[in-house]
Amino acid sequence: MEHLGLDVVLLFATGVFCIGVYGVLSRQNLIVILMCVELMLNSVNIAIVALGRAALAADPPPVSPNMPQIFVIMVLAVAAAEAGVGLAILLAVFRSWRTTNAGDIHLLKG
Amino acid sequence: MNATRWMFLIPILPLAGAMLNGFVGRRLPRSLVALVACGGPIASFCLAVLWFFELRSSGDELVNWLGDWFALAGLDVPFGFRLDNLSAVMAVMITGVGSLIHVYSVGYMSKDAGYARYFTYLNLFMGSMLILVLADNIVLLFLGWEGVGLCSYLLIGFWYEDEANARAGKKAFIVNRIGDFGFLLGILLIYVTHGTFDLRQINTDAAGGVVSASGLAISDVAKLWIPLLLFIGATGKSAQIPLHVWLPDAMAGPTPVSALIHAATMVTSGVYMVARLGAVYSAAPSVMLVVAVIGVVTALVAGFIAMSQYDIKKVLAYSTVSQLGYMFLAAGLGAYGIAIFHLVTHAFFKGLLFLGAGAVIHSLHHEQDMRRMGGLRKELPVTFALMLIGTLAIAGCPLLAGFYSKDAILEQAMEKNLILWAIGAATAVLTSFYMFRLLAMTFLGERRGAGAHAGDHAPGGHHDDHHAHAGPVKEAPAVMLAPMAVLAGLSICGGIVFHDLPAFVDSAHVAAHGVLGALVSPSGLLGTVFFLGGAWAAWFFFVKSPATREAVASRNPAGRVLWRFSHGKLFVDELYDALVVRPLDVLSQIFYLLVDRLLIDVVLVSGTSFCARVVGSTLRLLQTGRVPTYAGWLVGGAVVLLIVIFMVLNGR
Repeated sequence: MEHLGLDVVLLFATGVFCIGVYGVLSRQNLIVILMCVELMLNSVNIAIVALGRAALAADPPPVSPNMPQIFVIMVLAVAAAEAGVGLAILLAVFRSWRTTNAGDIHLLKG
Repeated sequence: MNATRWMFLIPILPLAGAMLNGFVGRRLPRSLVALVACGGPIASFCLAVLWFFELRSSGDELVNWLGDWFALAGLDVPFGFRLDNLSAVMAVMITGVGSLIHVYSVGYMSKDAGYARYFTYLNLFMGSMLILVLADNIVLLFLGWEGVGLCSYLLIGFWYEDEANARAGKKAFIVNRIGDFGFLLGILLIYVTHGTFDLRQINTDAAGGVVSASGLAISDVAKLWIPLLLFIGATGKSAQIPLHVWLPDAMAGPTPVSALIHAATMVTSGVYMVARLGAVYSAAPSVMLVVAVIGVVTALVAGFIAMSQYDIKKVLAYSTVSQLGYMFLAAGLGAYGIAIFHLVTHAFFKGLLFLGAGAVIHSLHHEQDMRRMGGLRKELPVTFALMLIGTLAIAGCPLLAGFYSKDAILEQAMEKNLILWAIGAATAVLTSFYMFRLLAMTFLGERRGAGAHAGDHAPGGHHDDHHAHAGPVKEAPAVMLAPMAVLAGLSICGGIVFHDLPAFVDSAHVAAHGVLGALVSPSGLLGTVFFLGGAWAAWFFFVKSPATREAVASRNPAGRVLWRFSHGKLFVDELYDALVVRPLDVLSQIFYLLVDRLLIDVVLVSGTSFCARVVGSTLRLLQTGRVPTYAGWLVGGAVVLLIVIFMVLNGR
């Protein structure tokens, strides 16, 4: 199997990240926004994995072999926690306002 | 026994009295307040006399060095007192006359609500004045100089509930500040030139024309300006033209204050300062001439104004200005000893006259207008007799105190400058005239204006006038008459007893005559003629033939103009009002409108809040409260940051 080039993988990760950003900014539904945040987090994971692999190919490797994995696991853990807290907030918001539309909630308006 | 290290007690004792009365006086019984107030000055007087005689017997000046006050670059300013012949004479005179007036005040102020406050100020004044005369350096002298100015202000405005009194106090303070500014510049110039503040050292340097510390010659500029600037201070403090305007208004204070501060002591501190720095003045003949001319012109002008005032205290105030002019004439002629001689005799008889006027005012329940007096010799025979002595003394009746001192001044003038002598002689006639006019209007003839009563206050009348005007006129109490009697005694024999005072104070002085020789000297004979002439004129116009006076003053055009100018005090107040006060008012109005109202109120205060409001209302639009907006800002910020970071990295 032909190896994908590093730049291709990074471009892909950037694309996924931008889709996530676009989704967070443009969508009104809080659930979709949360999903987009997940998208952004995981695009970063892809980038870390790709960069880690590229780094380990060098001699001597500038980072320890486990380092990229540790980062990725870390991000996954944070993402899981974030999803849990986010969904809990979402539930609470829905109970109070009967809506999951981000545009309808503007208590902080100055 | 080296007792001189206790010399600081002379100024400290009255100051201690001031502290005591100032802090707890209100809760003490009046008799105790009076005891404390009089005790300090009297104790100081005893000490001053003690050391005066020690000084006389030993001939060595006494010094009392207390410690450093503060240090300037390379120069220590000490708290040091020096009792030499000049300051000893001043200290004894001040404590003596001061004690008498304190005793008198016990009677005069007996019904006043501000009893303790009054004596606090009076004691504070005594302390400051003694610091002034005993100081061994000019900075300490200046401390006393400002202290007496402060007390003068406080006491002029003593009855401050009356707006006019408070204004008079302010006027005195401000006019004095103008003079003190010159004085301060003089001190700074002394520091720059001489590099020392020690009065003795300054005199020695000035006499030698060389600064001993550096060995450099004193420049002509410093020689001229040091005495001139200090003299500006003296014109303020001693009420000489052009800064004389405050003293007549200072009569708003209680009469004993006028006697003590505005006749006997504080106003003479300018003369004392000139005498103290005699060598500095002697080194600048042109400044000496200025001093003499200012003095003699002030003497004449004040005497001229005194001729037509109706307020008994105003007459005495202008008389004081006039006599101070004599002192400066003497000082300007280089006769410092004679200036101090006249200063001392003047303290006796002017103190007496003011206390007498106070007794009259007290008896008449705060009536000061001589037009409503007259014929009081029957009701107030003792006061009349004492006032007569004072009048004879100031007018220059032979054998009395004023004759000797004034004659000595005129004799000096006759020798050195005939023009100055002529003006001084004219003033002598005026002095005799206005004093006998005062005596005639107050004590002779018939009582006028017995009907002018109820609520009719004399100009500068007091607020504390609870007494009914119609009450019987009776002699002042003994506590007031006794100090007057002492002063009367001194006014009679002061000239003879202290005849060698000029030589004692000023070693360069050569006595021209003995006590009796002065009587038959040309100047003395002329002085007698001036005295008799003025007295006769007053008698003629005010007792014998008032109709002639009316004719001269109101129908003769020249007489009318003269009278108007004299009565209007030469319109100096009006002149200053137009030249200084009004423009200052206009200027402050402009600054008020432009700077205060426009710049500060509108631009700075309102402008700041306006800016904050505009910025706030604009930025407020960013706060939509919608999470996507914030997220958008966040992303935008991150993008900008990334761009910046890349640009920086590329730029490397």
